[in-house]
Amino acid sequence: MKNKITSASEALATLQDGMTVMIGGFLCVGTPEGLVDEVLQKGIRELTVIGNDTGFPDKGIGRLIVAKRVKKAVASHIGTNPETGRQMHAGETEVVLVPQGTLAEQVRAAGAGLGGVLTPTGVGTVVEEGKQKLIIDGREFLLEQPLAADFALIKAHKADEKGNLVYRRAARNFNPLMAMAAKVVVAEVEEIVPVGAIDPDEVMTPGLFITHIVRA
Amino acid sequence: MSKDIKRERIAKRVGMELADGMVVNLGIGMPTLVANYLPAGADVLFQSENGFVGLGPVPETGTEDRDTTNAGGQPVTIMPGGACFDSAMSFAIIRGGHVDVTVLGALEVDAHGNLANWMVPGKIVPGMGGAMDLTVGARKVIVAMEHTAKGAPKILPECTLPLTAKGQVDLIVTDMAVIRVTPAGLVLQEIAPDTTIEAVVAATGAKLTIRDVSVMPY
Repeated sequence: MKNKITSASEALATLQDGMTVMIGGFLCVGTPEGLVDEVLQKGIRELTVIGNDTGFPDKGIGRLIVAKRVKKAVASHIGTNPETGRQMHAGETEVVLVPQGTLAEQVRAAGAGLGGVLTPTGVGTVVEEGKQKLIIDGREFLLEQPLAADFALIKAHKADEKGNLVYRRAARNFNPLMAMAAKVVVAEVEEIVPVGAIDPDEVMTPGLFITHIVRA
Repeated sequence: MSKDIKRERIAKRVGMELADGMVVNLGIGMPTLVANYLPAGADVLFQSENGFVGLGPVPETGTEDRDTTNAGGQPVTIMPGGACFDSAMSFAIIRGGHVDVTVLGALEVDAHGNLANWMVPGKIVPGMGGAMDLTVGARKVIVAMEHTAKGAPKILPECTLPLTAKGQVDLIVTDMAVIRVTPAGLVLQEIAPDTTIEAVVAATGAKLTIRDVSVMPY
């Protein structure tokens, strides 16, 4: 079997301008900063970036926003990075704000082969605009479509050589969901252990989802 | 009254709404203070929407763990018996009705229990984060806020800002009053010890039903 352990530059060799990239993390906790470095160094532009938030101006997705590498950002929160709001108001970057639980389910739906999810979240708000509404057992739900990506850049605490992942504490967040929803999944990890060193019961993301493993 | 004293009063009064065994999510900012004022002996499980239950106090300086933060990104601790999970599980807990109480701040709240707390068009658009899911999914939604914004009512007949959720607020706790949201509109339940019913009515944009009003204990 192909060795999954590689460098950031090899892992992102096929990343191109205009692609859709999911980036894990919640306010940069569980964000693969080394992979963000590589995206910046490669000079990739016009990205559609999907993430919980747009980080901080000097951290996480925020660095891609500040460097004007993002054409469109899909996130639940942009408040910690004033530059995202500035670019949005100036019409420089398209920003789609999505309720956090909806974003999680949209990503999960793509990875799970679902045609979308029905959620009560956003009914009666601007979030429902342009979306189909269904009534189930007398209650209104919005049909939210799946969100898939070309690349998922995720962060885990530990991987074995097959890519089985273990996350730590609140650094898990969107990472396991994004691992299921992209064509190429790159996991930046703190520690790489031999196959068998992680008990199968402890695996949080099965290695079959992981294309490349990069040491943090 | 200083802002800190107002916030403490609100947090103390919200704390009285919590009880042993509840699962509770506290919003960022002032709602976080509620954790300091639980009823005596109450074992409350705090949920943090970035991915765990068992949210504990801020760690001592030097003992922070970079992977253990609350939904505002501040270092916190996880109590023994806590559990970590991904964002889909976190919001299954929230949306699925497994959170007993959520406490959130508000820019505006209205007579129908509508809440606006996520954006001011053209000015500040931080995003809704988890607030829309929390208000729709939690069994009881408590708005904790100052009664007015620089004297202007925040409790209105109809919200003017974009809504966070429609008809989901159950209780409003402010520095001046405790107000219940009912199908028939807002009911004034309690007033603060240093105010009058007339002053509360004057500071409230929506009509209040006034019947058997008691005095807040703080």
